Amino acid sequence: MLKITEGSYAVAEAVRLCRPQVISAYPITPQTHIVEALADMVANCQIDAEYITVENELSALSACVGASAAGSRTYSATTSQGLALMFEVCFNAAGMRLPIVMTIANRAMGAPLSIWNDQQDSISLRDSGWLQFYAEDNQEATDLHVIAYRVAEDHSVLLPALVCFDGFILSHTYEPVDMLSQEDVDNYLPKFSPYERLDAADPISFGMYATPDYYLEFRYEIDNAVKRAKDVITKAGKEFGTMFGRDYSALVEGYRLDDAETAIVAMGSICGTAKDAIDEMRDGGKKAGLLKIRVFRPFPSEEIAQALGKVKRVAVLDKNISLGAKGALALEVKDALYGSGIPVKDYILGLGGRDVRKKDIKEIVALLEKGVGDQFYGLRKEVL
Amino acid sequence: MVDKTLELFDCGHRACGGCGASLAARLVTKAAGRDAIIVSSTGCMEVFSTPYPETAWKVPWIHSLFENAAAVASGIEASLKKQGRSEKVVIMAGDGATFDIGMICISGAFERGHDFTYICYDNEAYMNTGIQRSGATPYDASTTTSPAGSCSFGNKLPKKDMPRILAAHGAPYVATASIAYPTDLMQKVERAINTKGPCYIQVHAPCCTGWGFEGEQTIAIAKLAIETGLWVNFEMVDGKVTKVKKVVKKPVEDYLTTQKRFRHLFKPKRQDAEIAFIQSIADKNAEKYGIEIKLKKE
Repeated sequence: MLKITEGSYAVAEAVRLCRPQVISAYPITPQTHIVEALADMVANCQIDAEYITVENELSALSACVGASAAGSRTYSATTSQGLALMFEVCFNAAGMRLPIVMTIANRAMGAPLSIWNDQQDSISLRDSGWLQFYAEDNQEATDLHVIAYRVAEDHSVLLPALVCFDGFILSHTYEPVDMLSQEDVDNYLPKFSPYERLDAADPISFGMYATPDYYLEFRYEIDNAVKRAKDVITKAGKEFGTMFGRDYSALVEGYRLDDAETAIVAMGSICGTAKDAIDEMRDGGKKAGLLKIRVFRPFPSEEIAQALGKVKRVAVLDKNISLGAKGALALEVKDALYGSGIPVKDYILGLGGRDVRKKDIKEIVALLEKGVGDQFYGLRKEVL
Repeated sequence: MVDKTLELFDCGHRACGGCGASLAARLVTKAAGRDAIIVSSTGCMEVFSTPYPETAWKVPWIHSLFENAAAVASGIEASLKKQGRSEKVVIMAGDGATFDIGMICISGAFERGHDFTYICYDNEAYMNTGIQRSGATPYDASTTTSPAGSCSFGNKLPKKDMPRILAAHGAPYVATASIAYPTDLMQKVERAINTKGPCYIQVHAPCCTGWGFEGEQTIAIAKLAIETGLWVNFEMVDGKVTKVKKVVKKPVEDYLTTQKRFRHLFKPKRQDAEIAFIQSIADKNAEKYGIEIKLKKE
């Protein structure tokens, strides 16, 4: 059913339909509307979940670790500083192979303090073993939650998953979203069946310590599981398409890319802006296209290499920066295209909520054509 | 009734001979029984009991991080409630995890009133990392971060009063116990797990390595802590002290001289003022809790 709703409410509604049994979260801008909406659903018996109002984000995710290990489907949501406070628990949850799903309303990292959007927060978690999905719009943000549970809980994966959508730009925007029904989600998402759980009838130990004789193999197994998630995502995304008409089988999605000479690579809401800019550039005779990265972990290197194999040049738009190096997406796109000879330039932009407009995308394409890149874009030189 | 024959903390783990904490684990699991899920913090107990692929725990056990055992336990309790399961949640955390790094998680979990029992095995310093002071380290104890030296007598800070801090959170049952009194300890654990809401038991668990004594002295030293009034075994129900272990009080020297962590108070020179101050701590404890049995003079 098509409904005009705020992104945060749409996400909360999707989470409700997934029937989490334990929700544990702490308020932080711009994630608050999600956890407020869920609290309201609990207060009105629209969702049958234990809602733990914890004292900070570290405890929010820690409670999810306990609840997931005890055999419940769990949910949390956070952003930026809150995610940073969870950092230690994030690695722990992945290491213990607990399929927690968490929404990130992407926001910049302080200092200086900024409540506005970029993707530095979740990108900084790239090495933690969490799957990472990035939504272009609120329809995708909503659907990806349902898919994330399905993939995370798959016994060949068993990993936690982040569903990232841009703070304010998506979280606070009203747009039409086709809402699934409870029946739809129940048909698509099986009941949580933990591979192992804390159970007095069958005692096991979770979270033991590993000597150097075992640790390396544990990490290898986790890495394999993240990589195995690729096929599971493809299958789950395809089935979603068959059932509901929106196919998410591809980890990356091309837009007017088939005959493109110039490709833009981006993640999140900026893709919508890029598509409009590309349409206008195409009208002007420029062969531009977009490759949207929907799944950042597992990283779709082969898919990217294949999708960009015929382009002449690539501009990567990074709403993050690995300070002292480059944007995280560019680093990995360059790795994916290594040896192809295709020039890849990186543009760090939109940090801390700086607006990115169609004309910026066009300007970046012009810079790329001149071979100018691997730099910040849109700096206000007068304040430097 | 506690089944004292039950062994749910298996032998063969890696603790030092004479480890007070491992004895605490054995007694607590006996009292908590097969239906307990144990949540450990990072620390000695976690490390010596679960070197992968071996575990000493014959009940479900989880360790997540150093500071978050109370939050993990909160999630487990919520999950069990949602599933209609009846297992009890028991936290086993050291004093560093409890008094210091886990304080925020503990405060939040006790405020929320989850149904669990939090047991702190108190060996009065960070033993796993090599005997550094914690908020539970007693006055004048020499540790590697509060060493005695030419211008220091060791730890200058008083031991934090965790039992009262948690009683002030509204915990329905708070107790202190000692591995030297196993029946009392097990009864307290049994009472705590059968009391609804967040309960706290702080167990005095001497550490031969950290305190500097021979492993066969563990029980004797734990007893002396009580007999001198430096450790008080009590129960608090709804914030009021209801039961206290009474003793014929011995001078604190009897306790201090048994451990290397206090050796600087006696060698190379006896430090009368410091010993007198520690005696005053014991005397205040005795007065506060009314522990003293006065023998009639002949």
